[in-house]
Amino acid sequence: MIEWTDDGVILGVRPHGEGSGVLNLMTREHGRHAGLARGVASVKSRGIYQPGNCVQATWKARLADQLGTYVCEPTRDHAAVLLDDPLKLAGLSAACAVAETALPEREPHPQVYDGLIALLEMMEIPELGDAWIAGYVRWEIGVLADLGYGLDLDSCAATGTNDDLAYVSPRSGRAVSLSAGEPYRDKLLALPRFLLPGASGLGAGDPDDLFRGLALTGFFLERHVFATHHRAPPPARNRFVERFAQVTTVSGGGLNA
Amino acid sequence: MAAGELDRAMQYLAKLPGLGPRSARRAILHLMKRRDSLMIPLADALRVAAERIKPCAVCGNLDTTDPCAICADDRRDGTSLCVIQDVADIWALERASGFKGRYHVLGGVLSALDGIGPEDLNLDSLIVRAAAPEVTEVILAMNATVDGQTTAHYIADRLSNCGVRITRLAHGVPVGGELDYLDDGTLAQALRARQNV
Repeated sequence: MIEWTDDGVILGVRPHGEGSGVLNLMTREHGRHAGLARGVASVKSRGIYQPGNCVQATWKARLADQLGTYVCEPTRDHAAVLLDDPLKLAGLSAACAVAETALPEREPHPQVYDGLIALLEMMEIPELGDAWIAGYVRWEIGVLADLGYGLDLDSCAATGTNDDLAYVSPRSGRAVSLSAGEPYRDKLLALPRFLLPGASGLGAGDPDDLFRGLALTGFFLERHVFATHHRAPPPARNRFVERFAQVTTVSGGGLNA
Repeated sequence: MAAGELDRAMQYLAKLPGLGPRSARRAILHLMKRRDSLMIPLADALRVAAERIKPCAVCGNLDTTDPCAICADDRRDGTSLCVIQDVADIWALERASGFKGRYHVLGGVLSALDGIGPEDLNLDSLIVRAAAPEVTEVILAMNATVDGQTTAHYIADRLSNCGVRITRLAHGVPVGGELDYLDDGTLAQALRARQNV
């Protein structure tokens, strides 16, 4: 019998039978891992098994490649706190959907897990306003890096300097300075200010910058992660971006700065 | 070995939610012992239901008439429209006897996991109904789940230009609930929605 206990974030639950469900957890040491959880539909447990909630999970199986079973203890309920905030709820759904679609099963990504926990905690701080979206963008950049498609935003790909960085090359994922990139601005992606080296939150609340950040990571996720594995970008992420676009007045979002 | 006809009946019963092969065997033997008092009347009732019950073209409820009895009832409050996920929710709310308006069945919720998008739900007809001049309030009675509330927020956006008051059900401590046995999320919601006494 194989058994382990780990901290996890619930990414999704698929009903199985009358009262059980196949739980998809993002665990710290064991990666994205599925297992059968009994009683998920019971009155006592329904509130626990929502996407975004944190649990301590014990997984057991006779063989390593079996689905196995989960017994979970709730540790932090993020979903209930965010239910009344449409944008944050959409962000939570998007993060869980991206993790579920992008990450391979049973492959540990502790930094992605830690980033997801930090993002969920950021979402619960009302004083941050929409700045948590910058955290979401940084988390997606972390997902890309962990999957081997890291962006190099520290210096210009053409000049080697880190002054006046303004664009990102869609081919190499490297930053490009304003002067070097200006002739090609129609083909380059905008680099949001909060991702500049040493930015420390600069522009983290600017809606245009946040939208550029979502467009940047969305581009690379779609090209390198989803399309490579013949998967469509998760609809939850598209709905999150659409909702953010609705609630802000965005000028020139998308490929151009 | 059961006769072929019994096997076929058991296979169909086993497809019902909550029934497996063993429960289906017990059920069919129970029915066989009460052939005249239970089995034949049950078969007749199922046949009649299959022939006569159809979805209401207005709200999606199941009834023998179209429009359904609720939509056709002039005594109901036409100014209030309650949006619910499935027909079972209509039955639950009618049992509670607290709502006297009309209903609209979405047929599910937006679900990233199951690939259900807005085009898979009865949303267009809801927009038309909400825009009717007599409707002044739309109540979003979705489940208190991530998918349910995501759907509620989406519908609220779609209805924002209809000039109606958009409300949702309260979330919090259930009647008879003891605080010590409630989950953290329910308690947090209940605290946020506290009211003056």
